[in-house]
Amino acid sequence: MSEVFSPRRVGAMCLRHLYILKGSWPRLLEMAYWPAINMVVWGFTSQFFAGHSTWVAQAGGILIGAVLLWDVMFRGNLGVALSFLEEMWSRNLGHLSVSPLRPYELVASMLCMSLIRTVIGVLPAALLAIPLYHYSIFSLGLPLLAFWMSLMVSGWAMGLAVSAMVLRFGLGAESLAWVMIFAMAPLAGIYYPIATLPVWLQPLAWALPPAHVFEGMRALVFDGVLRLDLLASAMALDALYLSLGAAVFLWSWHGARTRGALLNMGE
Amino acid sequence: MTAIQVRSLSKSFGPVLAVNDVSFDIAAGSTTALLGGNGAGKTTTLSMLLGLLLPSAGSIRVLGEDMVRHRYRVLPRLNFSSPYVDLPHRLSVRQNLTVYGHLYGVAGLKARIAELTDELELGDFIDRPSGKLSAGQKTRVALAKALLNKPQLLLLDEPTASLDPDTADWVRHYFQSYRRRTGATIVLASHNMTEVERMCDHVLIMKLGRIVDQGSPAALIERFGRATMEEVFLDIARDRQRPENPA
Repeated sequence: MSEVFSPRRVGAMCLRHLYILKGSWPRLLEMAYWPAINMVVWGFTSQFFAGHSTWVAQAGGILIGAVLLWDVMFRGNLGVALSFLEEMWSRNLGHLSVSPLRPYELVASMLCMSLIRTVIGVLPAALLAIPLYHYSIFSLGLPLLAFWMSLMVSGWAMGLAVSAMVLRFGLGAESLAWVMIFAMAPLAGIYYPIATLPVWLQPLAWALPPAHVFEGMRALVFDGVLRLDLLASAMALDALYLSLGAAVFLWSWHGARTRGALLNMGE
Repeated sequence: MTAIQVRSLSKSFGPVLAVNDVSFDIAAGSTTALLGGNGAGKTTTLSMLLGLLLPSAGSIRVLGEDMVRHRYRVLPRLNFSSPYVDLPHRLSVRQNLTVYGHLYGVAGLKARIAELTDELELGDFIDRPSGKLSAGQKTRVALAKALLNKPQLLLLDEPTASLDPDTADWVRHYFQSYRRRTGATIVLASHNMTEVERMCDHVLIMKLGRIVDQGSPAALIERFGRATMEEVFLDIARDRQRPENPA
């Protein structure tokens, strides 16, 4: 009888994706490419604003820090969705579904791969910012770890929701993996305080974990204050959204078993 | 001993009844074919036996376990192959077998892969990407994946579809030899009547979601007064010359 949760099976699924990464340097390059380009663009923008905006001038690198953290969330989402899409593209879901791999183990492997993909994607950009703009995001210290985790978990929740939609509606829905997260960007307060938003939009923004994280980051950078209240609310919302994302994915998996979609899904 | 016990199994997709109140037993150690024309309900039945598809009604017991409620107790002991489900294209054959070996918890995995490489003659392309293989090579790789965990029950969907006669013959021979050596139960869905005559002890013939006849290939041929299973199949498909007392 197979164990209820097997780290070996989760590891096997990670190994499957690591084999692909190991065998394809263009993929590795592509993962690091966009975050680096994004950071370079925002680095120049920061330099320009530093001379023209007293707000930015108060804390050099605030925009670079924000773009790097936003990329953590974006890559977190993409890392989950891409791991699932790989199975769809290769028409492998049928084999996986009759193996002892359980759906929640598949989810766990998608989250692990997302962490790995995010580190591969964002770390080079973060390191590159040091010689290029004399800005180190690591100067945020330990709170950076909490910001990173919170944003990645938000990305995971969205990645699971996107994967559930792909499972339900087929590969026609795959572009959601790239675009859906941008619906959250205006509300996340990545580059501006939430108070900038119209009053009626602010409650919606505060219902999202990234708003708490970016507000917390600004409090730390501008005022030198670690807002534990913001971190706590971000974590609580993350737990809620991640549970919802996982539940929607597992519900969608059950639906696919009812419709018979697991055997013939793919390109 | 019974490997598979199906009772009053039905599956509907909206208004379409794909499998309609089907019951049958499959003996352990036998090779059984599910036959039927397109849309007869073979793949739907096979999917339910695998637990990939939830039945609308009825029960399925596989290797003694309820397949709807406890499929994870059974999955490590069965395996499956289909030309319509691929292995990851970019992974080499060895990498694919390694991943699936870990998923199935195969002990002594390297030795098992080496054994299958030898038996199934995968040596020439074991380190090539699975997506770059010929149809015959892909079939042998799918076979290796299906045999990794030494399954007690093998479910095969059209195991020799799109293969040349020589490779198809080799595959059939291999399945027969595997069953003889291990005592495994094999269930296959096929359109190839020669294959069914050669490999199977028992045949379930489906039409419009129902089992309309069953028996050994020899008994069916005799009952229909025909020379081959292909003729029997055509008689059933076209509602011709029904025997007076079908089993």
